[in-house]
Amino acid sequence: MKEKFNIVGKPVIRQDAFNKVTGQAKFADDYNYPNQLYAAMIRIPVSHAKIKSIDYTEAIESGLVAATCDSSDIPGAKKVGPIRKDQPVFCDEKVVTSGDVLAMLIGENEYELKQASKKVKVDFEELPILTDIEKAMDEDAQIIHPEFENNLIVHYPLRKGNIDKGFEESDHILEQTYTTPHIEHAYIEPEAVVAVPLEGNRGIKIIGSIQNPHTARKVVAAVLGLPLTKVRIIQAELGGSFGGKDDTMNILSARAAVAALKTKRPVKIHYSREESILESYKRHPYRLKYKVGFSKAGKLKAMKIDLLADGGGYSCMSPFVTWRSVVQATGPYEVENVWTDVRAVYTNNPYTGAFRGFGSPQPIFAQESLMDEIAEIAGISPIEIRKINGFQKGSVTASRQVLRDHEINLLKVVERAAEESNFLSEWNKNKKDQSNAPSFVDELNPIVKPEHFIHPSNNVKRGIGLATSFRGCSLGAEGVDAAAAYISVQTDGSIYLLSGLAENGQGLKTTFSIIAAEVLGISEDRIHYLEQDTGIIADSGPTVASRSTLMGGGAIKDAATIIKNRLNEVALKHFNITDYDVLVYRNNTISNTENNLKIEFSELCQLAFNSAVSLSAVGWYKGPNVGWDEETGQGDAYFTYVYGCQVADVSVDMSTGEVYINKIVAVHDPGTVINIMGALGQVYGGVTQGAGYGLWEAIESEKGMIKELNYDLYIIPTSKDIDKIEPIFIEGEDDHGAWGAKSLGEPTLELTSAALANAIKNATGKRLFNLPLNLEEVLLSKKLRPKDFVRESSK
Amino acid sequence: MSKDSESNKISRRNFLGKAGTGIVGSTILISSIGAADKTGPDLAEAPPIDPKETDILNLWVNGKKQKLKINPSSTLAEVLRNKLNLTGTKIVCNQGACGGCTVVMDNKAVYACHMLALDAAGKKVVTIEGLLEGEELNHLQEAFIEKDGLQCGFCTPGQIMSAYALLLSKPNPNREDIMEAMSGNICRCGAYPNILDSVLLAVQNKN
Ligand code: FES
Ligand code: FES
Repeated sequence: MKEKFNIVGKPVIRQDAFNKVTGQAKFADDYNYPNQLYAAMIRIPVSHAKIKSIDYTEAIESGLVAATCDSSDIPGAKKVGPIRKDQPVFCDEKVVTSGDVLAMLIGENEYELKQASKKVKVDFEELPILTDIEKAMDEDAQIIHPEFENNLIVHYPLRKGNIDKGFEESDHILEQTYTTPHIEHAYIEPEAVVAVPLEGNRGIKIIGSIQNPHTARKVVAAVLGLPLTKVRIIQAELGGSFGGKDDTMNILSARAAVAALKTKRPVKIHYSREESILESYKRHPYRLKYKVGFSKAGKLKAMKIDLLADGGGYSCMSPFVTWRSVVQATGPYEVENVWTDVRAVYTNNPYTGAFRGFGSPQPIFAQESLMDEIAEIAGISPIEIRKINGFQKGSVTASRQVLRDHEINLLKVVERAAEESNFLSEWNKNKKDQSNAPSFVDELNPIVKPEHFIHPSNNVKRGIGLATSFRGCSLGAEGVDAAAAYISVQTDGSIYLLSGLAENGQGLKTTFSIIAAEVLGISEDRIHYLEQDTGIIADSGPTVASRSTLMGGGAIKDAATIIKNRLNEVALKHFNITDYDVLVYRNNTISNTENNLKIEFSELCQLAFNSAVSLSAVGWYKGPNVGWDEETGQGDAYFTYVYGCQVADVSVDMSTGEVYINKIVAVHDPGTVINIMGALGQVYGGVTQGAGYGLWEAIESEKGMIKELNYDLYIIPTSKDIDKIEPIFIEGEDDHGAWGAKSLGEPTLELTSAALANAIKNATGKRLFNLPLNLEEVLLSKKLRPKDFVRESSK
Repeated sequence: MSKDSESNKISRRNFLGKAGTGIVGSTILISSIGAADKTGPDLAEAPPIDPKETDILNLWVNGKKQKLKINPSSTLAEVLRNKLNLTGTKIVCNQGACGGCTVVMDNKAVYACHMLALDAAGKKVVTIEGLLEGEELNHLQEAFIEKDGLQCGFCTPGQIMSAYALLLSKPNPNREDIMEAMSGNICRCGAYPNILDSVLLAVQNKN
């Protein structure tokens, strides 16, 4: 049974709402300093080249430049990266991807700087460009980073059971290949950072749109060759991140810092949308090959999976991202025999890194599409196939982890989603209607002929489809998993609070305030959330992997509980009783109803202070142990999991291939819901981004050069693209974190594209394999390229 | 209790209060840095300088008459942000594709990134800052807070200004009207359902 809460799970107004609706919230670009200089980046318009020389003479002679900055100005590490240090802060030998920066011009006026930057002469030699991931491991492939043997960034194998025997025992074997594209985070706020040198050997202060201040601090300190304490990073209000303002921002911070120390003046870098899309990392494109064996009844027997991810020019987060893929590639299903290989390779495409979902949206699109196909062959419904194979209590995952210790709510979320959307009857009805679906135009010859005209009454087909997943919470065996929280209660009962995990705009401050307020029985408006500053709070790892509510919340609860225990002592003395179990913290008072005793929270705090009891504390939360064998891919990958199921209801225009989303039912088990408004926001946002991934979004590059550099070409969902999103929460029991609150941000995104693909199949009878499922994909089953349109006359 | 330990206790309390253990100490440290550091956030208000400020622009912004020396190639968004320090207006795409910079000019929503400031000469411009009357929130702002019509908040000023312009021209819009009028304001956080509810609530509260 769930506990009864005072404010957990109740609607609470966002901490930052007032400032954000009045325009007072300060984002990074809203900070300006006296004497501030600007920086302009120097790039070359190629994706692979050897740099021979950079000549600043003419630019300097223009008189518009206060200083130049390149790798020769870096006192410390010239290359950085979360695992492999392969990314230069300023490129001095090679350019390996189109966003690469060689140098910066620093000056008073940014308009003039742009002019001056055209006068910098770079002498370079173009190198052969590698864009095809399949060719990256060929013998004769260009080695992108000569310091490594080949273009392989990482390879994760997973071996379970006997794959050959599994296929032998199968009645059916199905093989399919899927692809997914580069995706841009498209956070509405472009990157901005100001570095301010501090007088008197006190190092540097940096304010920026930085997702993870502690990570940025590590990078900047390494680049400057300074101790961590001399680099103070303050996070400005963050205008969206979704995993995107991590590595790019760390490097931008380092560049600004180098320039600020060189000029001894504050230096600001702020990007235009074009620069933002050009340089920032993307979601990994994957090529996914699945071979699956199953019985007549639809029971999975064997899965052979080969995933190849495009890391682009730098390794960045690829080793972490692809690790999640290897854990979750088989989906939430028990399979006796599994043989998985996940690889990431270097190319000259835009580099790729962390993005909400983090290695799960790609395999889920493939494997959930596949499950519907298997169901069709077995002659059962999409619900039935998932019931036959889905995880239940005691199930064993592909990495041989036995699922227990938390409620395994997979089938519960599937059933609830099916019920809520009337899935089976709609699915059957649409399927019957498919038989009189008009045929699409000839895929090989996309010219519309009279017989392709569709009668209006037959033009729109409805479809419904579902997808389900399990998702490991937090970092799992891929990283050190612990978090800190700081609480300081004042004598008037008001409270300073801060978590080591930074707000990313999703409402973490509010969630954390609710947790502290719940423990202490106070209203959350007594809490003043402090500015995110590396000078105040301990490194708690990054705000990634939907770990913040779980890990950060655990630490906040710990900190508040330390305070509560101390207050208990004071209250017992004050009431002159001995048993603190009878104390109730509620409505800003501490009471013992039996003896009719009570005291105001603020009074108790004053009392504590008067009796020299410390009301400041640091809370700490550490995840239970997890483990992983690199050779066999076996182990307890994550300490707990969440489950979700989404149902997409679409209308497909049979003459244009356009897909309209009527409704997405999103059923998620995030454990206990702490901040209900924030949780709803996560579902709306995740589903909307998932829909963009499913239907519209793609960064296409030619020879590694990005074409979609602004929102006119990079299409993200607007308010008119989805009619309705229906979030439903099932709150499963879990012992971890704050009252079993787990992850939600990423599960909401990872399912939508697969649910859409299955819905489009239900409407049109066509199975699609390549994201995004845009007009041409739906109509022609392929992506049109300019060369597809050749005039008859020019042949 | 001896006198000694008494004074000890007080000094320890002072220690806890001022310097404290571990992290408390850091908090104090920050405020002292803030005081010593002349470039702390609150003092940081120097807009960028532009040597080509050759033209004079007269306009009304949030009810106040302004006479500004500007670079004739500046956009309205740049002038609002850099000359008047009205940083609530955001520059997102700088090409009229996202609605992030929306302000209201002579009662109509315009993209401030997409017009020259000089084209606003003599006009009445309202920005997000202009909706606040003293401490009083506009009913739209109130509704956005109540219905949680935001996440990161970066698109929010533009969203609210679009809605403000809509309500000026159509005081009783329905759901479809709102969706249509605001479809030019993109929100990557995907707060659309709540944004819609916020505007609906504002309409309802006004009536
Ligand atoms: S910033 Fe003006 S429309 Fe995008
Ligand atoms: S609230 Fe973040 S972009 Fe709209």
